[in-house]
Amino acid sequence: MKKLKTTTKIDFATYAGVTLAFLLVYALQQGGSLTNAMKSWLVPICSFIVMAVSLNLVVGISGELSLGHAGFMSVGAFSGIVTAMSLTNAIPSGPVRLLLAILVGAVFAAVTGVIVGVPVLRLRGDYLAIVTLAFGQIIKDLINCLIVGYDSHGLHIIFNLDGLRSVSDLHMEETGVAIIKGAQGAVGVPKLSSFFAGYLLVMVALVIVLNLVRSRTGRAIMAIRDNRIAAESVGINVTKYRLIAFVTSAALAGAAGALFGLNYGGLLSSRFDFNTSILVLVYVVLGGLGNIWGSVIAATVLYILPEALRGFQDYRMLLYAVVLILVMLATNNEQLKALLGRLIPKRKGAKSNG
Amino acid sequence: MAEKRVFEKGKMVPVPSQAIIPERDSDKSPILECSHLGIDFGGLRAVDDFNLTLGRTEIAGLIGPNGAGKTTVFNLLTKVYQPTRGTILLDGYDTAGKTPAQINRMGIARTFQNIRLFSALSVEDNVKIGLHNQEPYSMFTGILRLPKYWRQEKAAHERAMELLSIFDMQDLAAHEAGSLPYGAQRRLEIVRALATNPSLLLLDEPAAGMNPSETAELMENIVKIRDTFQIAVMLIEHDMNLVMGICEGICVLNFGQVIAKGTAEEIQSNPTVIEAYLGKKK
Repeated sequence: MKKLKTTTKIDFATYAGVTLAFLLVYALQQGGSLTNAMKSWLVPICSFIVMAVSLNLVVGISGELSLGHAGFMSVGAFSGIVTAMSLTNAIPSGPVRLLLAILVGAVFAAVTGVIVGVPVLRLRGDYLAIVTLAFGQIIKDLINCLIVGYDSHGLHIIFNLDGLRSVSDLHMEETGVAIIKGAQGAVGVPKLSSFFAGYLLVMVALVIVLNLVRSRTGRAIMAIRDNRIAAESVGINVTKYRLIAFVTSAALAGAAGALFGLNYGGLLSSRFDFNTSILVLVYVVLGGLGNIWGSVIAATVLYILPEALRGFQDYRMLLYAVVLILVMLATNNEQLKALLGRLIPKRKGAKSNG
Repeated sequence: MAEKRVFEKGKMVPVPSQAIIPERDSDKSPILECSHLGIDFGGLRAVDDFNLTLGRTEIAGLIGPNGAGKTTVFNLLTKVYQPTRGTILLDGYDTAGKTPAQINRMGIARTFQNIRLFSALSVEDNVKIGLHNQEPYSMFTGILRLPKYWRQEKAAHERAMELLSIFDMQDLAAHEAGSLPYGAQRRLEIVRALATNPSLLLLDEPAAGMNPSETAELMENIVKIRDTFQIAVMLIEHDMNLVMGICEGICVLNFGQVIAKGTAEEIQSNPTVIEAYLGKKK
């Protein structure tokens, strides 16, 4: 028989590990030993950690394969950018605007999550994956049609569905600022995101997801994953809890998107295409389904890897793929697991309690 | 709780004949009343004209040859299938149009013929999932870990341990449910069902795969559960020692039809039942 580990220790180790890593990198950054390229990785790493952790809630904890996670990220990014830019005069403080942008991004993504989730969660398995993929594309294309500007009268929004309109059709005052220019994306975005804000968001996301999983709600979600019929037979409302997992995940992805969007001067909606969804899914699968700290590590390593391999130019993605395959092989190797078990005696699976 | 049953107009159907209610329940309203219950799968009448009345603290058996429709009856009672015909009254309330989850909240808990545990989770978590609607708190209480979270989690932990102690399973609390031996998995399923605080417990082949000594222990425990929780138990079982040993009323199904109802002695000497199990005398 297999004895399960106590989860509280794992949770605190995760918080401590993330904090230590942050302090170390922060010290290096202040000490000036990071190159400019490395500094530019920090905020995206934080937002992709949040993306991976939130997708793990859907794929690992809830057991539904979602391929449209980047769609929620883009909703959060663009609603966050609009919030931050339109409040430039009202709220001069950068961090406060960033906080508001992240909150608005999370709310908008959550609303999108409900709109997408209610029809999509009637499906299961492969069908759900295909429909979430389609929704991800739809969200991306809708944002591609969006033209948004801001002047003293407030926000001006038009949908450029026929592709003929431009910023001048917003009929703004002369002082008006264009925020999203349709297919040209968001322009003139203030860089509000910082590594510290990223660290805080990662911690908040971890607390939300880990506490959720260890609560009554999380147990209900995992019960549905393990056996839907049995979960119903003990009085769990299946639709409600699948939706809770999906919407919470979407909201966190929106927050990550806002952090990501406010890190660059401009942003295209095509940045959040199918490839980005798959990239995050790879982080989750490689980190381990349902394994939250695994997602954190996988997102960090797999974000840095292709960036660090830039020196190899054309062979970069080839090497990335080879490393992925090797890691997959190594982590599924029984002999390697046994070796690790001997080196670290308390490791799970090292001793059988049967 | 010895009040007489108030019959609601329009909802009530005539009490089916051949009701098998033990003496001590006779002055109480029945917990379950099925009348003319039936379901068709395409052209097949899987269950037809199923009538049953169950006392509040009765242990009843549902037996019959393979494919007689016993599990289908359980699935109808718990609304895994919606019945084509007939009504089910639970404690006098009509259960038409309810979902399986709502049925559980109304008071029916069940186990499954092919064990359905949350096998990746611990034994304790399995029972705590059964306590889902017993120790409730909101999602935000859980995320923010407000005082109510700690209070309810503590209560759930204590209750889970108490329920596990029925089968002496407290020591297994931290084990993975899927890694337990077969008999222990069956027992855990019963504990999980009990955690939902039912007034009627449905057991689908509880003794399947158990050895004679385990079965004897299970028989004692089923009676103990009935006595402690004061609930009705209905079980499907092929082990006749168990059925004849503890069931106060027995209902025999064959080809989706009730062919006999009565006490153990009556069933054992009923020619129709003998024919269904052994075939016609030449």
